[in-house]
Amino acid sequence: MQAAHDAPRGEKPVFYVTDGHEHVHSGDSTALGFWVYLMSDCLIFAVLFATYGVLGRNFAAGPTPADLFDLPLVAINTAMLLFSSITYGFAMLAMEKGKQSSVLLWLGITGLFGAAFIGIELYEFSHLIHLGATPQRSAFLSSFFALVGTHGLHVTVGIIWLITLMVQVRRRGLGAENRRRLMCLSMFWHFLDVIWIGVFSFVYLMGVLQ
Amino acid sequence: MTLDPEQTSFLFGRLTLGALPLHEPILVATFAAVALGGLAVMAALTYFKLWGYLWREWITSVDHKRIGIMYIILALIMLLRGFSDAIMMRLQQAIAFNGSDGYLPPHHYDQIFTAHGVIMIFFVAMPLVTGLMNLVVPLQIGARDVAFPFLNNFSFWMTTGGAVLVMMSLFVGEFAQTGWLAYAPLSGSQFSPGVGVDYYIWALQVAGVGTLLSGVNLLATIVKMRAPGMTLMKMPVFTWTALCTNALIVASFPVLTGVLALLTLDRYVGTNFFTNELGGNPMMYVNLIWIWGHPEVYILILPAFGVFSEVVATFCRKRLFGYTSMVYATVVITILSYIVWLHHFFTMGSGASVNAFFGITTMIISIPTGAKIFNWLFTMYRGRIRFEVPMLWTIGFMLTFVVGGMTGVMLAVPPADFQFHNTLFLIAHFHNVIIGGVVFGMFAGIVYWFPKAFGFKLDPFWGKMSFWFWLVGFWVAFMPLYILGLMGVTRRLSRFEDPSLQIWFVIAAFGAVLIAFGILFFIVQLVVSFMRREQLRDLTGDPWDGRTLEWSTSSPAPAYNFAFTPVVHDHDAWWDMKKRGHERPVQGFHPIHMPKATGAGAILSALCVAFGFAMIWHIWWLAAATFAMTILATIVHTFNYNRDFYIPAAEVAQTEGGRTRQLAGE
Repeated sequence: MQAAHDAPRGEKPVFYVTDGHEHVHSGDSTALGFWVYLMSDCLIFAVLFATYGVLGRNFAAGPTPADLFDLPLVAINTAMLLFSSITYGFAMLAMEKGKQSSVLLWLGITGLFGAAFIGIELYEFSHLIHLGATPQRSAFLSSFFALVGTHGLHVTVGIIWLITLMVQVRRRGLGAENRRRLMCLSMFWHFLDVIWIGVFSFVYLMGVLQ
Repeated sequence: MTLDPEQTSFLFGRLTLGALPLHEPILVATFAAVALGGLAVMAALTYFKLWGYLWREWITSVDHKRIGIMYIILALIMLLRGFSDAIMMRLQQAIAFNGSDGYLPPHHYDQIFTAHGVIMIFFVAMPLVTGLMNLVVPLQIGARDVAFPFLNNFSFWMTTGGAVLVMMSLFVGEFAQTGWLAYAPLSGSQFSPGVGVDYYIWALQVAGVGTLLSGVNLLATIVKMRAPGMTLMKMPVFTWTALCTNALIVASFPVLTGVLALLTLDRYVGTNFFTNELGGNPMMYVNLIWIWGHPEVYILILPAFGVFSEVVATFCRKRLFGYTSMVYATVVITILSYIVWLHHFFTMGSGASVNAFFGITTMIISIPTGAKIFNWLFTMYRGRIRFEVPMLWTIGFMLTFVVGGMTGVMLAVPPADFQFHNTLFLIAHFHNVIIGGVVFGMFAGIVYWFPKAFGFKLDPFWGKMSFWFWLVGFWVAFMPLYILGLMGVTRRLSRFEDPSLQIWFVIAAFGAVLIAFGILFFIVQLVVSFMRREQLRDLTGDPWDGRTLEWSTSSPAPAYNFAFTPVVHDHDAWWDMKKRGHERPVQGFHPIHMPKATGAGAILSALCVAFGFAMIWHIWWLAAATFAMTILATIVHTFNYNRDFYIPAAEVAQTEGGRTRQLAGE
């Protein structure tokens, strides 16, 4: 309405973009779209956190967090994931400088830290199951395994994605598409870090305090 | 049907010949009809050599208009299935009196009401809404396509994949007998050991991926791809409602995914989230599913509100009354829809304070909704109303929906709800708002935008027939349910003891028959319009004297939508352009950057359906194989960097030249 009054009387405003410049390019929306997707993923974690919050003390006369959690081990695991976020950050800095081999090196290190995290988590799970603390044992353990396991599954997907991207960067260099993909994986990876901080504080630390 | 969990083989899991319902004549006849129909369609496609065309131009298409049309076709096909279920239920309830068991055994009846709800919400209402948004939103905002065209194609095929799994359950095995939300613990493995709930879970998970991604896609499209000058408060109202709906999709469907995943773990792994044992809590399931479920009903109704806003303004030849308040009402409804979920189960017993909170928030929603009704009425006031078919649907909606809204407020009063809970009063209420709101809105939208999609209008006579049978049929079918509900008749019963109730069920069944004619006449309308398409042809691209940008391009719109991106000065941008004498540029065309078609979406969806089927029947080798193939196919797809092309300027000039001649009447 305002614009209609702004146009000088008698003079027609511009109604079409005729200079041939494309105002929207494919890929412009990727960062926003991926961010929105991450927020939806965050809601899946919200469901799992809420379920853990409601069911997390239903031990059914079974083991409790204080009986099960080995904080030093979880601390090492947390360190693995936090380090992997830092190294991913270095990979992105190298990408900004256009250094392909350096990007690949840091991505490789990130993948190794991620794999170490998954390895330690699998060890922890097998240890718990060995103790009889299986997902079927109580609602507490069901929700514990679902929450931590879903996070682990995400990290596993992240590692597969990371390997795929390393191949693609090797084959096609650091073009606009690959930079966009690296940025998306970067958001995904740091997002998982943030979720893990929630898991570590809410599940492990508070669990042992109780 | 009972499935012995012990009887599993490596090759086929628990799938045996006994899973085929050969002993149920209704299903055998249905299967024969579907198989014959399917064969006839396939034979016709082969005879007319249309397979290649179908694959190149539709199945692999990333064009938002074609994907939108395919969504709507899917919805109409599934409407026939969902309505068959409805009329079977009405018939059963009309005759199962005085000691008669009716014609449906309870286990079959229970599958029918479950399938009816699931199909109508997930595979009729959702594809209608998503399809219409896909078709219209990019055109309304002056964009060439959605933000992620491949993802759009993939989303459609995932939704279709879910529908395929539901349809499979009709002929292979059984469907859930739990009601459309599969409440735990009934849906747990202890009480539902068969494949029914597994079909339910995997169909919804596969379709849910599609819905979520399409939500992300349209959200990014609306935020990032609007034509220059189109600020948020200059967006057409339908686009506004689409924005809010997609925000709701993104913020609620993950909850459904999450809660169904936990139910899956309970059923497949033996965890105790929603069981009665070892600390499980079934009410957690009910809470979580309604945290998705309540926003879901607003996901459906908001775009319908958007359609009515467009239709009212166009057919009253007036600027929409209270545009700003309409936008704010939409946003307020979006937010409030998140804090009302508990009104679905006041009887849970969470106490007076909690129930009061949710009762009050629910009642507050009627304020912005009422504001919208007044806005439409004031738009009509002193407008030059044309009673075309979309306008009839809109007026029918206003009269019907207001009643549904008021019974909704009745249900929102917790002490009253203890009486209404799970009665036919509730059933009448939500059909009142979903048929009177969503279905009427989608029909209004389909008739309104049909010329934009296909280049000719729909035949008004059969459109009016369809409208009147739907409207009268709705009232005859559902008013008796309000009365029965007030008398305390509960939902989901397959036979009755009290003969004095029968007359109401007979009236309701008669109403359902009227609605059947409404659906039939809608199909007749499509066929007649196709045959009369030359008389109904829209040469101007603007058959209704429209107000928004989709009417500024030709009907049907070219693949690139707009040869030149429009510049927006007003929220009725096209009206503004017409009033101020815009001139359509006829030369100086540029090559247009477009996305390429790809078969990856259809292939990935087929793999997901196979994976779902394998999981349902416990065919573990197939599940592992299809899962690995899905991941592999996804990775292979990411190696395809060749995803776009340019439509040469000469081709654009040729297409636009044709339109110039058309507009000149040559």
